[in-house]
Amino acid sequence: MNNILVQIGIENYIFLCVVLFCIGIFGVLYRRNAIIMFMSIEIMLNAVNLLFVAFSTFHQDAQGQVFVFFSMAVAAAEVAVGLAILVSIFRNSSSIDIDNLKNLKG
Amino acid sequence: MNTLIAISGLGILSLLAEIFNARKAIVPVTIIGLLAILGFNISTYNHLGAYYNNMMITDKFSVAFSSLFIVITIFLVALSHEFYKDQKTKISDYVGIKVFLLAGTVAMVSFGNLSMFFLGIEVLSISLYILAASNRLNLKSNEAGMKYFLMGSFASGIILFGICLIYGATGSFDLNTILLVISTQAYPQWYFIGIIFLLIGMLFKIATVPFHFWAPDVYEGSPALTTATMSSLAKIVAMATLYKLVMALLPVQMYSFQLIIVCVAIASMVLGNIMALRQNNVKRMFAFSGISHAGFMVSTLLLMSNAANTLLYYASAYAVAGVAFFAVVMYVTKDKENETIDSFNGFGKSHPLLAGILTASLLSMAGIPILSGFFAKFFLLNQLVHTGWLVLVIVAIISSIISVGYYFKIILAMYTKDSEHTLPKVPVMYQIVAVVALILNIALGLFPNVVLNLLG
Repeated sequence: MNNILVQIGIENYIFLCVVLFCIGIFGVLYRRNAIIMFMSIEIMLNAVNLLFVAFSTFHQDAQGQVFVFFSMAVAAAEVAVGLAILVSIFRNSSSIDIDNLKNLKG
Repeated sequence: MNTLIAISGLGILSLLAEIFNARKAIVPVTIIGLLAILGFNISTYNHLGAYYNNMMITDKFSVAFSSLFIVITIFLVALSHEFYKDQKTKISDYVGIKVFLLAGTVAMVSFGNLSMFFLGIEVLSISLYILAASNRLNLKSNEAGMKYFLMGSFASGIILFGICLIYGATGSFDLNTILLVISTQAYPQWYFIGIIFLLIGMLFKIATVPFHFWAPDVYEGSPALTTATMSSLAKIVAMATLYKLVMALLPVQMYSFQLIIVCVAIASMVLGNIMALRQNNVKRMFAFSGISHAGFMVSTLLLMSNAANTLLYYASAYAVAGVAFFAVVMYVTKDKENETIDSFNGFGKSHPLLAGILTASLLSMAGIPILSGFFAKFFLLNQLVHTGWLVLVIVAIISSIISVGYYFKIILAMYTKDSEHTLPKVPVMYQIVAVVALILNIALGLFPNVVLNLLG
């Protein structure tokens, strides 16, 4: 396993994860559909998970992989709450477009 | 450690009470339980230790801050019974979530491992998303929950990335091991990128400029009790955690880091106070006032000696004033469409006691002597002078003079204008919480040394 990491190089893993993370960030900032924003947040978290596993192999240390389980569980809980909020928004305004949420302005 | 277990147990107990049809007992039992936990927590003040492979570290810092959080939670739980009167069937959920939120905050200030820190911040955030959107038939509350959720999970992603880079650079999540690695070996430069990511994520949670834009909307839309939780509890928790992180991960502060903190602090103070002047909604105004207070609290990161004490004092003064403020605001704005300053017209004549408490807590936040807010600012600025950032001190003083302007807007409305409508009878619990919070506030102001010597 470590051989492959040596052949590919840890830098390439970091580049890949940074690119994925940036895709997630731009998704959150530029897309206006709530579901797609949720997906973008998941991409951000999963990019980090990938990097955790890569570093874990790089350091020959299991802590990073254990942390991935924590962060996956947390991400699942978070999205469950987010979808629940989305459902109640849809019930009240029959739309999931973020641009329609303009009641709070000052 | 046992504090955390006891709090989690109490949260489960308050959920179980729903099943056994003991809805009326939930609030009193939770308050008694929290008082017991508070006593237990204070008794561990001199017993320091690390638990579960350094996952949790009990030291003076964590004990002092978690006691403060427990006190604030007791106030918030005491307010819940009256506030959720119309939704009696859900009281166990609300109280349970608040207690679990407290468990998250305790995990956040006593972590010894970055994974514990991450779990703590997520427990805190997820509880707050639910509470922000808890008024589910109201579109404003939904919108606040959604905005808070998007911004909060965005910030969590950034924090996670920061943790990942620190792990990549040092090969461990344990604070002691990280400190050992960075003081003895050569380590990659992306360690500092990781710290900057952590800083950005935490500044999101604290709501300082330039990461403040979610705060006014979320504070305005959420139910008033949730706004009180967010402004008084979540803000000081995030601040204490950021302080602990910076002190643990960055033993030597570079000039560039200090410059970032100074810029963030100045921008928060100025922008928070100037924007607050323009607001007509009380909750929105309080959000901007909270941003400026966050600017003050962030500047404690620059202090080298005695900073933890100053932060603890500032945080307690701010939180106690916030609780008293919201206890009155919740009564005045109950059953109203929005919380404009006009709702306070003539309040001074009809309810002199509550109006006096509101005035005192506003004056405390503005920094008028005898009340603790003044001494908090005084000790902070007094120490900031010694760090050499004079420009920060000058801006802080000017901005707290500006802040008097908008705090007096409410006070003037209460005492000089006449009311058009009558308010219902004052709930006893609101009155008790407001009075106790004010007494704590004055006591903190009269005996500052009690808090200032806690952390040695």
